[in-house]
Amino acid sequence: MNTRNLALAALAGAVLCSTALTAAEPVKIGFVYVSPVGDAGWTYQHDLGRKQMEAAMKGAVTTKFIENVPEGADAERIIRQLAQDGNQIIFTTSFGYMNPTEKVSKAFPNVTFFHATGYKSGKNMGIYNARFYEGRYLNGVIAGKMTKSNVAGYVAAFPIPEVVMGINAFARGMKSVNPKAEVRVIWVNSWFDPGKEREAAMTLIAQGADMITHHTDSTAVVQAAEEKHKEKGTWAFSYHSDMAKYGPTAQLSGTTHVWGDFYERTVKEVLAKKWTGTNVWGGIKEGMIKIAPMSKSVPADLQKQIVKLEGEIKAGKLHPFAGPVVDQEGKERVAKGSNMSDSDMNAMNYYVQGVASAFPKN
Amino acid sequence: MGTAFISSILFATVVAGTPLIIVALGELVTEKAGVLNLGAEGTMSVGAVAAFAVAHSTGNPFLGILAGMGAGILMSLLFGISALTLMANQVASGLALSIFGVGLSAFIGKPYESVALASVTPISIPLLSQIPVLGPALFQQQGLVYFSWVLLVAVAWFLYRTKAGLVLRAVGESPVSAHSIGYGVVRIRYQAVLFGGAMAGIGGAFMSVFYTPMWVEGMVAGRGWIALSLVVFATWRPARVMIGAYLFGGCMIAQMFVQGSGARINIPAQFLSAIPYAATVLVLVLISRNRSTIRLNSPASLGQTFLPDA
Repeated sequence: MNTRNLALAALAGAVLCSTALTAAEPVKIGFVYVSPVGDAGWTYQHDLGRKQMEAAMKGAVTTKFIENVPEGADAERIIRQLAQDGNQIIFTTSFGYMNPTEKVSKAFPNVTFFHATGYKSGKNMGIYNARFYEGRYLNGVIAGKMTKSNVAGYVAAFPIPEVVMGINAFARGMKSVNPKAEVRVIWVNSWFDPGKEREAAMTLIAQGADMITHHTDSTAVVQAAEEKHKEKGTWAFSYHSDMAKYGPTAQLSGTTHVWGDFYERTVKEVLAKKWTGTNVWGGIKEGMIKIAPMSKSVPADLQKQIVKLEGEIKAGKLHPFAGPVVDQEGKERVAKGSNMSDSDMNAMNYYVQGVASAFPKN
Repeated sequence: MGTAFISSILFATVVAGTPLIIVALGELVTEKAGVLNLGAEGTMSVGAVAAFAVAHSTGNPFLGILAGMGAGILMSLLFGISALTLMANQVASGLALSIFGVGLSAFIGKPYESVALASVTPISIPLLSQIPVLGPALFQQQGLVYFSWVLLVAVAWFLYRTKAGLVLRAVGESPVSAHSIGYGVVRIRYQAVLFGGAMAGIGGAFMSVFYTPMWVEGMVAGRGWIALSLVVFATWRPARVMIGAYLFGGCMIAQMFVQGSGARINIPAQFLSAIPYAATVLVLVLISRNRSTIRLNSPASLGQTFLPDA
């Protein structure tokens, strides 16, 4: 064997070695979170999903997350850093990461990006979101049946379609079983301020609401209901996570997000090069939305009814925004016989009938 | 509108104002001694997490308050070493303390994020709590609410009716003069800073043990900064700090009651949320607009470092 052959052999060996290494080395996957993981809430649910996916694909992937990343210039830096560090798939889990994710995705064509709740996608950037409103509708039905004061209170963060959709779905669920029901909304203009969230809940309770729910990030609202449960008979519906731990008597049910199956499915698709760039907006049918276990305070026949309705939503027979959908002013938004389109839902900027408060116009 | 309704607005107003009063009065004393400690937000956060941890593990909310106070003192001691002993810039030291405190509290608080604390039963004051409307609003409150009232009287009395208070104010006006007649400027400033830290710690304890009985990162949510600005807008006068704090709390609660009434009032929610800030600044500026009293009340040496032997 002359030196040239030896060199070739060495080269071949090195190539073999390195391919063997890449095959064995787990694929790195990065997550960007907007808030600390904590023990409940939006980010906590994403982190549960990450752990589920990592456990299911043990050995094939390793994951890494960066929490508490502000939306804006910092986000772009961190997403870029994750891509540079060799993460093959990057999930960015807050609306405000949309533009930074898009920008970085163009600079790293070999990395696949997924952005939650946005509307911009690309060749290597997918969108995913969940149909929160399906769970809200079912919670509303429970509230409509169980309310004594016919008033539900809703503590909400910002008047954007995603939040408004939830309020409207809850109101329609209530109305479907209780024509006298009304929903009152307090905007706290913050995703996360336990003090303010609690005050808002207390205010609603003092003004007669006996059903309380929230679209904010902390457990304060459920805790407030628990505190007032004895005195005022207040019940609560949690959001994002099951918060039964914080409202053992007061929580009747809730709307929870389940991201694990989606993460697992998507990562497998990308690794098998089968990802086709479809945008995912999954609900109860896809297992991305689940209602929190109903407490024993929900009467058995009502529990049965909810399970039945859940099945109908799953089968596509029941749509929370099936026509006629009439807004507060009496204008018909969806005619009888058709369902509201996804794009109309994503642009919702009005309250439906059943919401008492005025819509915060800008 | 029933009386129960008015009571519940007043009740919530007092609760929302209480942490601001306690923290702002502590800061007022610090600033009267000529020291600007911008670390309130961080000190409150550390106080909140320490109080929660102790209240949770001992089951005793009173020990929680003590722990919050202790943590506040330790935090302000850090500030004192940096700004008074090492004579670093007060603004920079205070800002650093705020950022550090918020981060540190998140770090210490990790294991406590998943636990809930039972809410503490309020203390009813006999007789007074029977007064219609005002009774349930003012005299069936948490102990720290009564503490905030006692604190107000004590701080006002100390500053304006005692020799020690006079000396403290002299240190704030002109540390050089105070030093030249033999007062230990740095020692007095240390005491004022530690008092401010203790109050910020108690304010934090109120948040995590009484107001929303839980610990989550970021739960102080800017109240330290609001307390700081209250001191300035109240032109360093204790009673006005209280007026400002209740006004802020009151506007916040009132706008929520407007929203929660279900009445169709077409005001943008963002505007309603901004009202408490705007109203508090406006009212305090109006009642304190006399320039000569502002000059009289604001400590002349505020924020300046003092070199004992210069």
